[in-house]
Amino acid sequence: MKFTLSWLKDHLETDATLNEIAERLTTLGLEVEGITDPAKKLGAFTVAKIIEAVPHPDADKLKLCKVETLIDGKREIQQVVCGAPNARSGIFGIFAPSGATIPVNGMVLKPTKIRGVESNGMMCSERELELSNEHTGIIELGDGFEVGMLAAEALGQNDPMIEIAITPNRPDCLGVYGIARDLAASGLGLLRQGNIAPVAGAFENPVTIAIEPDSDTACPVFAGRLIRGVKNGPSPEWMQRRLRAVGLRPINALVDVTNYISCDRARPLHVYDAAKLQGAVRARLGREGESFTALDGKSYDVDADMCVIADEAQVLGLAGIMGGEASGSTGATTDVFVESAWFDPVRTARTGRRTGIVSDARYRFERGVDPAFVLSGLELATRMIVEICGGTPSEVTVAGRAPEPEKRVLFDPARTQKLSGLALDVSEQTRILSALGFVVTPQGGLLDVLAPSWRLDIDGSADLVEEIVRVHGLNKVVSVPLPRPDGIARPVVTGTQRRDRLARRVLATRGLVETVNWSFIPARDAALFGGGDEASPQLRFANPISADMSHMRPSLLAGLIAAAGRNIARGFPDLALFEVGQQFAGDGPEDQKQAASGIRRGTARPQGAGRHWQSTGGQGKAGPVEALDAKADALALLAALGVPAANLQITADAPAWYHPGRSGVVRMGPKTVLATFGELHPAVLHDMDVAGPLVGFEVLLDSIPEPKRKATRARPPLDLSGLMPLRRDFAFVVDAQVPAGDLLRAARGADKQLVSEVTLFDLFEGGALGEGKKSLAIEVTIEPHEKTLTEEEIEAVSKKIVAAVEKATGGSLRS
Amino acid sequence: MSSDIETLERLEAEFLAAVKDALDEPTLDAVRVAALGKKGRISDLMKGLGGMSAEERQSMGPLLNGLKDRIGEALAARKAELHDLKLAARLASERIDVTLPVRESPLEAGRIHPLTQVWDEVVTILADLGFAVEQGPDIESDFYNFTALNFPEGHPAREMHDTFYFEPRADGARPLLRTHTSPVQMRTMEKGQPPFRFVAPGRTYRCDSDQTHTPQFHQIEGLVVDENTHLGHLKWTLEEFLRAFFEVDGVELRFRPSFFPFTEPSMEVDVRCARLGNEIRIGEGNDWLEILGCGMIHPNVLKSANIDPERYQGFAWGIGLDGLAMLKYGIPDLRAFFESDLRWLRHYGFSALNIPTLSGGLSL
Repeated sequence: MKFTLSWLKDHLETDATLNEIAERLTTLGLEVEGITDPAKKLGAFTVAKIIEAVPHPDADKLKLCKVETLIDGKREIQQVVCGAPNARSGIFGIFAPSGATIPVNGMVLKPTKIRGVESNGMMCSERELELSNEHTGIIELGDGFEVGMLAAEALGQNDPMIEIAITPNRPDCLGVYGIARDLAASGLGLLRQGNIAPVAGAFENPVTIAIEPDSDTACPVFAGRLIRGVKNGPSPEWMQRRLRAVGLRPINALVDVTNYISCDRARPLHVYDAAKLQGAVRARLGREGESFTALDGKSYDVDADMCVIADEAQVLGLAGIMGGEASGSTGATTDVFVESAWFDPVRTARTGRRTGIVSDARYRFERGVDPAFVLSGLELATRMIVEICGGTPSEVTVAGRAPEPEKRVLFDPARTQKLSGLALDVSEQTRILSALGFVVTPQGGLLDVLAPSWRLDIDGSADLVEEIVRVHGLNKVVSVPLPRPDGIARPVVTGTQRRDRLARRVLATRGLVETVNWSFIPARDAALFGGGDEASPQLRFANPISADMSHMRPSLLAGLIAAAGRNIARGFPDLALFEVGQQFAGDGPEDQKQAASGIRRGTARPQGAGRHWQSTGGQGKAGPVEALDAKADALALLAALGVPAANLQITADAPAWYHPGRSGVVRMGPKTVLATFGELHPAVLHDMDVAGPLVGFEVLLDSIPEPKRKATRARPPLDLSGLMPLRRDFAFVVDAQVPAGDLLRAARGADKQLVSEVTLFDLFEGGALGEGKKSLAIEVTIEPHEKTLTEEEIEAVSKKIVAAVEKATGGSLRS
Repeated sequence: MSSDIETLERLEAEFLAAVKDALDEPTLDAVRVAALGKKGRISDLMKGLGGMSAEERQSMGPLLNGLKDRIGEALAARKAELHDLKLAARLASERIDVTLPVRESPLEAGRIHPLTQVWDEVVTILADLGFAVEQGPDIESDFYNFTALNFPEGHPAREMHDTFYFEPRADGARPLLRTHTSPVQMRTMEKGQPPFRFVAPGRTYRCDSDQTHTPQFHQIEGLVVDENTHLGHLKWTLEEFLRAFFEVDGVELRFRPSFFPFTEPSMEVDVRCARLGNEIRIGEGNDWLEILGCGMIHPNVLKSANIDPERYQGFAWGIGLDGLAMLKYGIPDLRAFFESDLRWLRHYGFSALNIPTLSGGLSL
């Protein structure tokens, strides 16, 4: 909402300075977003008189002027070379002295010689001062100006423009008058009502007005009158200046009056050229197939949900949004029909959204226009039109009835202190409410408060407290300590929150860098990771911000791989990234799952990325990342989250986005998948245009059973054996397909009493073993508990181990 | 007798010289064997004591024992000396280039995103005041995101939110991405009983993208509901929270009336700051920076959660976590938070072990 200081002062009698007004506006909740003072850029410019203008001796089109100026009290005659055709002796214009900055181009004037003649300063055109595009000549001021007067004053450019943000609950402040009312209530001045008294009609209104039954809620009231014999030229200079200052283009007097009242009183109106109307003017719902051309020159289709204004022949306009081109007023208009109606905010907003029309009328109607000001607005418009354009008004015709939303609150003044902590007298509370237009009647210890018709936002006591505190001054609220919980603070985060927090820290200790990627990804990427239009069409936006952000992500890997691609392109090929966040299998709350996922790319292995002199690869190169690096990340995280490694199984059936032979699944029991890991499928990387090697893991945090809460923090007693453990090595030859995990499990299970640890220390394939065979060598730790083992007993355990492994794997002890 | 003594003295001199001349342990050991071994010369003499008269034995015994002790001591001393010499020689030959670079440990390479860090900081501070942490889904219903929060159907306030919608469902429902963390208010309150005191951090979405807006961002909502909490408590809580978060001695806040459908009265809060070029310092200066929105919870919201607004009241605030991170850590561009540029993450990220605590300081 924009307005000028002088416009505000039409309604507010005040001595307050611009700064005081601006501060108070913000205090009242009418946040000042900016103040533009046009006088600032014109500070150096003054009125000057050309006392002589003769042709330049060496240039046909230039004139040599003697200009009388008065700057800082010094009267001087300056010599100015001027090219304007209208430069002549006797006229008053605007003079820019040497040193002044010309607004339109930022040029700083210097004394100069033009075609050999000295020139000091310049006479300005309107364009040079950014007043208009007029540049055919210099500004010619009329009578009543004196040499030395400030240009801002002479040009009427001394009216600062204030721009404020209006929250959706305050449509009453979409008019200058409403703003003045708030300021007056806060004690910054007196509110001036202005003349909105009825203008008597000279004849019966010949235009029939009707509201069709289908529209009695869309348009409960429609008032209008005809004004005959108007002369529709440009509106007066003062009105044009104000409209321009708030960013509106003056059109003609009739249209300007409606725009002016819209800004002045938050009361949108419409004027029709009565000669172009055919028959009765009605508010009704649109009909399928109808269309009309609006004042913006575009054609709009109308439907049965939209309220329109129509005559017998055609749709004249979209109610409360925009009028039509065909019935608009022009310079030729002599009889004008003025409409003042009230339109349902919800329907207006809906129609506005559907047509995409953004207009000042829509903006006001959809937020709620004062229904009690329908007639006053019409009278105000009549008065202004008659004053500016002449003409004779008819009587007023009113169809329907303005809604009277009686918003009445039985208000307990103690509520103010209860909600705000501010102790305010009932008298002060009453004063504030009354100043804002509320009607306050004491009723017992309570107040019966009737909200004014323009405050459609008032529903209950809390709204009144807001009004009272807002006007009294929110900054007078005193800080009061919030009572603290008794004793030392208790833990507040839940198990899952602690889990997520720990997951992030654990992964970062493993050299992975945390990222936060978009929750939405392109359709193609979603499809690669089990989502997309076919698998989960419900996760596609109806209104995506771009094609790259059209679907909710089914996996965090998509964003991580895309991030890897961007970093590779920047010259950072070795990356270890992770994210802990939400991924989506569907649109229900239960379909949103937390995952902790990561990728390693290039040489970003756990032992360090890039080249290093200690690396065993040639030229200090570390080897490329491997699927098992990702497995290590996943298992380390699961271990940190309290999942006992002994309970986990690893299977080789990872989802389709992994390399089928180099990926795995971490399970707890046959059904629960805790994690997946592996090399990414080359086709996935190809489709995403990211070069490998690239491995990844996904830990499905929500699948991890929450650890059982123990009754005590005490650890179980430590059972230490006083006997030395002993270690034995075994090597087995097995088929190449036999999973090492099977062999290890068999060895561990061979004697649960004595075998405490089994470590795989060598893996060898091919060579002397022959095709399709491999050798797995393990170190078994045997830990006696009761007595030192004899050679025979050790031999017996070893045999059990060999037997168990051979049985489980079909292999044999390597001789 | 005197010749015997002379013999012993000669023997002693001879062995001491041999001990001294031994340059390594095997040589020294040979000397030991020759002197004190089973068949060593001193051992032989000791054996001779048995055949002596008691008188002779009385005089020769101590002499021989003395000789044995002194040679033994000399051997031990030389042995220690040779050991030291050998170690010194070894150490003199063992040298590394201590300027050779070592591998960066994974702990040094890893980073925590500034958003996570700030999230942990905020939760840590507010936990001290007894605020629990609640979370809710990103994909919300119109009811939880708008209607229950007192956004009437078709109200322009809904349009301020630039909502991401999904396609309408068969039953007419139209899921959306939550535009704020406030739906968590409703979800939490409707499943419990007052009093309430919690924060709800989370990811939020609006279809808006420019220099200062990204289509996803993060908010933390704070809420207190009981029978007496009023605006003064809200002001104090925000002052304390911001003071603790920015780790300054004090902050000054300015409350401006504003409008949010779910609070009444509603206000926006500015914090006093100094703008020094691109840097913003909280707690000093003469400028104001809009930092959060808040208010007393609207009675209609309490009613939606089946809470009696005549009896219970409270406040709620919402603040951008990304914005807090930018302000505190001098991060210039919001969009960079979600670009996953390794250089940015290394520069603005945190060590895994930099875990905020109140006792140790949030960010020290």
